[in-house]
Amino acid sequence: MGRYVARRLLQMVPVFVGATLLIFLMVNVMGDPVAGLCGEQGCDPATAAQLRRELGLDKPLWQQYLTYMGNVFTGDFGTAFNGQPVTELMATAFPVTVRLTVVAVLLEIAVGITLGVVTGLRRGRPVDTGVLLATLVVISVPTFVTGLLLQLLLGIRWQWIKPSVRSGTFDELIVPGLVLASVSLAYVTRLTRTSIAENKRSDYVRTAVAKGLPRRRIITRHLLRNSLIPVVTFIGTDIGALMGGAIVTERIFNIHGVGYQLYQGILRQNTQTVVGFVTVLVLVFLVANLLVDLLYAVLDPRIRYA
Amino acid sequence: MHEQPYEPERAIAGTGMGGAMDLAASEATTLEGRPSAASGGRAPGGPAGKPRSLWSDAWRDLLRNPVFLLSALVIVFLVLISLWPSAIASGSPLTCDLAKAQDGPGPGAPFGYDGQGCNVYTRTVYGARTSVTVGLCATLGVALLGSVLGGLAGYFGGVWDAVLSRITDIVFAIPVVLGGLVLLSVVTSTTVWPVIGFMVLLGWPQISRIARGSVITVKQHDYVQAARALGASDTRILLRHIAPNAVAPVIVVATIALGTYIALEATLSYLGVGLKPPSVSWGIDISAASPYIRNAPHALLWPSGALAVTVLAFIMLGDAVRDALDPKLR
Amino acid sequence: MRRSAHARWAVGAVVTALAATACGSAGWSGGGNGGAVLTSSWGDPQNPLEPANTNEVQGGKVLDMIFRGLKKYDPRTGRARDWLARSIETRDSRNFTIRIRRGWTFSNGEKVTARSFVDAWNYGASLRNNQKNAYFFGYIDGYDRVHPDSGGQRADTLSGLRVVDDHTFTVRLNQKFSGFPDTLGYAAFAPLPRLFFTDHAAWVRKPVGNGPYAIASYTKGAQMYLRKWDGYPGPDKARNDGVTLLVYTDSNTAYTDLLAGNLDLADDIPAAQLKNVKGDLGDRYINTPAGIIQTLAFPFYDRAWNRPGMEKVRTGLSMAINRRQITDTIFRKTRTPATDWTSPVLGAAGGYKAGLCGRACDYDPARAKQLIKEGGGIPGGRLRITYNADSGSHKEWIDAVCNSVNNALGDDKACVGNPVGTFADFRNQLGRHKMTGPFRAGWQMDYPLIQNFLQPLYYTGASSNDGRWSDEDFDRLVDRANAETDTARAVALFQKAEEVVRDHMAAIPLWYQNGNAGYSDRLSHVALNPFSVPVYNEIKVG
Repeated sequence: MGRYVARRLLQMVPVFVGATLLIFLMVNVMGDPVAGLCGEQGCDPATAAQLRRELGLDKPLWQQYLTYMGNVFTGDFGTAFNGQPVTELMATAFPVTVRLTVVAVLLEIAVGITLGVVTGLRRGRPVDTGVLLATLVVISVPTFVTGLLLQLLLGIRWQWIKPSVRSGTFDELIVPGLVLASVSLAYVTRLTRTSIAENKRSDYVRTAVAKGLPRRRIITRHLLRNSLIPVVTFIGTDIGALMGGAIVTERIFNIHGVGYQLYQGILRQNTQTVVGFVTVLVLVFLVANLLVDLLYAVLDPRIRYA
Repeated sequence: MHEQPYEPERAIAGTGMGGAMDLAASEATTLEGRPSAASGGRAPGGPAGKPRSLWSDAWRDLLRNPVFLLSALVIVFLVLISLWPSAIASGSPLTCDLAKAQDGPGPGAPFGYDGQGCNVYTRTVYGARTSVTVGLCATLGVALLGSVLGGLAGYFGGVWDAVLSRITDIVFAIPVVLGGLVLLSVVTSTTVWPVIGFMVLLGWPQISRIARGSVITVKQHDYVQAARALGASDTRILLRHIAPNAVAPVIVVATIALGTYIALEATLSYLGVGLKPPSVSWGIDISAASPYIRNAPHALLWPSGALAVTVLAFIMLGDAVRDALDPKLR
Repeated sequence: MRRSAHARWAVGAVVTALAATACGSAGWSGGGNGGAVLTSSWGDPQNPLEPANTNEVQGGKVLDMIFRGLKKYDPRTGRARDWLARSIETRDSRNFTIRIRRGWTFSNGEKVTARSFVDAWNYGASLRNNQKNAYFFGYIDGYDRVHPDSGGQRADTLSGLRVVDDHTFTVRLNQKFSGFPDTLGYAAFAPLPRLFFTDHAAWVRKPVGNGPYAIASYTKGAQMYLRKWDGYPGPDKARNDGVTLLVYTDSNTAYTDLLAGNLDLADDIPAAQLKNVKGDLGDRYINTPAGIIQTLAFPFYDRAWNRPGMEKVRTGLSMAINRRQITDTIFRKTRTPATDWTSPVLGAAGGYKAGLCGRACDYDPARAKQLIKEGGGIPGGRLRITYNADSGSHKEWIDAVCNSVNNALGDDKACVGNPVGTFADFRNQLGRHKMTGPFRAGWQMDYPLIQNFLQPLYYTGASSNDGRWSDEDFDRLVDRANAETDTARAVALFQKAEEVVRDHMAAIPLWYQNGNAGYSDRLSHVALNPFSVPVYNEIKVG
């Protein structure tokens, strides 16, 4: 297993180079960011040229990339257009986003898997139908509306929560986490449900039932465990997506997180912000997927690493 | 051989590296996976009699399943109104009178008017074409590409898997907003195809991951080992034994994703890189009505409802297909 | 055994991650702001807060609180009044002698002298400092050497600026500009303390100025706490103890926070909430004119839009837009239909002339259709109005304008919006003359002068003349107006120039924008100035 993990970690190097290069090129393809810096009035040509020179935009692309990568290896991720170092932006954005993601993933695991098991064991019953309807609502009503309505109801009507996040502690992030997790919850629930329904007729469950094991033990030890692989796969890919893509949730609840900063960076075409943030996100995807692959072997012992 | 992350079939066949993992594996096999006729219901590749294909069995099952018939009916209806919206809605979805903005139901407008004074009923009917096309085509594209690539990665493992998985990692990390602004802003086509192509391009890794995980699980099963021992080709094993048993999670994810793609189309349009105006879709109407939820919920309710019904139909269809493919339910 | 080891390892990793993030949560408290301190919504400034580098409202808010210049615009009338200036004298509208008042200091105790101004202006004009408002100094002699259009910078200081003594300096312009003194209330002309030049990084982290507030703490991207500066020598002392500006990612959230009692002042009510604002806030909602006008401009570099007769099409389009209906329904009266090309905040004496546009701005679908037909129809057969999709929710009003045009022409595909993904891309397309149809244009005044609404936008080759419209009569009238020393006569000439704009329909005026804000019941005396910035120093808390 050690060798396997080492090899996977080694694979991060080409992915890191490939991803940074790709994102770097993509932001550059968007065009000249300087035109957007001077507001409706537009920059005068001399200032625009000067800004381009200072940002290194007058250099050939490959040179810009090499300079950037060289700086990254010394820990310098460049600066955003408002003069703030990107590392500083990351230091404020990532902690709160990680906390938000943790809340969302925990909710996915706790609520999603529970609902999935219940509906999988009671297919076609009212509880199954009820969860299906909730799933439909979550898919077809935009996050923006869910978030806004929760803010109005819980924040203003009932005064249970503060409508916006100030300090970004876990208790403030429960409702935003729920909103963020809502669509993923639908996936997790239905994936679990299907797996459970599929496996509950399998031989090992029949064997366990025949052996007279308690129902609870059968469900958790035998049924659930073998049903979790697709769910774990999904959650593994979702972690990175939740971290980088929480744009709407972060906006509604005033969370200055990764999704928001990345979105701003993209709209303002700031290569250094975007590449920096995406680089970290690529690492998150890599690690999450490595963990998922390791978990496969935990969940199904027949699967093994070379 | 050492490069292969997963090689369980070899482990069981005794050519693996041995050690604790092998022990654990074989122990598990004897405990939980007693080779039995039941687990491979349609004993694959068996020489016995005329082999009835699993796929044709599944089709026969489906035709007897009321859930399938009902959802198929809904889908046929959606396709019909996509083709001929004017059959059930009069007027143009683009004719809007600001004087009627946010008004409730009136003559000729059973669903009321939206914030621009457009007829919500007409727009919901006319929006079906774009939204159903986008949802269906993007889902099919993502599901096909994702499950083929993911399935191959999971089945063959090794370098295949390493390369494909790392590519998925990179594609995953491309922010949708950035991808959309870069790839779609250069497109001048006014059709839905660039949008669909974009969704397939960025969407396949999700299904690919799911399919890969699913194939990795399924390929340890005894019936796969049995088929291999009997000398079945990789293609045959993949199509006849692995695909039907590994497809369930893919169907689940794809049917839900269908709804999210319809919504994603609106996000892209909101960014100014989606469908070129004037275009009508549920997604566009949903996102336009969202901020006004306090004043004109009806403008959100109907396109959202249409989206919900569509997703419901496909989820039920997916459920029925999955059941039909599951030999254990026979 | 193996298996449980894996599991334990995974759990361990999760716990570590949780602990790491929990420790990362920083406190948000404003830093001991008790008493009569109010909280106000804010957006992240897009540039470092240097006065000559701040060209948007959010940074402008802070500058308005921590700086006072030679002139100050009256928060109600917009009239420029001498503030730090004791006198600004000229005989020829070209050479100015500026005397400043004694007794003013920066909040760090340093005296405000003539040098504080001259150094600041030289810094702002210099090309190497990348100041985005450098063009404000473009009227001053020597600008072309300090900030050449191309080639290297040939001088470090403006030759037109000369310090006479501690409290006097002179300005020589490169052309006659009678309105020059009235531009000096703009933030770019603020004085700067030595610290700005000696330890620039420290100054940017925590700017020091000479206004009624001093910055007590500043967490970039999150909040800024401005404390009342007790030693402030001016007459407009703060009537509260301080202001905490909180950065919001979305105006909707700020509004919700205001309703929930977590915020005192939200100065940008989201359009979707305007219908509810009376019910939500009652009379704690203000909606006052600001010096902003929105127009549709045309690409005059495109032959199709510039050939003779097209003024009829442009006028026809103007008459096809039901401005009143759109401002009432979409904007809920936070905009007013435009009937000239300036702004009501100028006042009649300042050059605003209601109805100058005449029939050309009246909604008359029949006449509109006829004019467009007479002019040869819309070039290309379809009107595509270009806008940027990433900010300002322009889609709604563009769609409404198009629907109005479509209804007038009886063709529901005659006009469509043409969104561009980012503002930078939009500006690039403008800069490269890529527009093929009308595009949204907005103008927020820099200073309340009719000159500012006309010259930068319609003068041949002017900085914001994005449509490259050019007319000799207009240019001549503007030149004459600038040389005129008598204000009333200058205004009359500008209005004549404006009539040229009307006759050619160089841009379709749409509406004047208001500033709006809502506030909590803790506050009173809340008002917005003509730049749609809250007049913080007048707000009373409790």
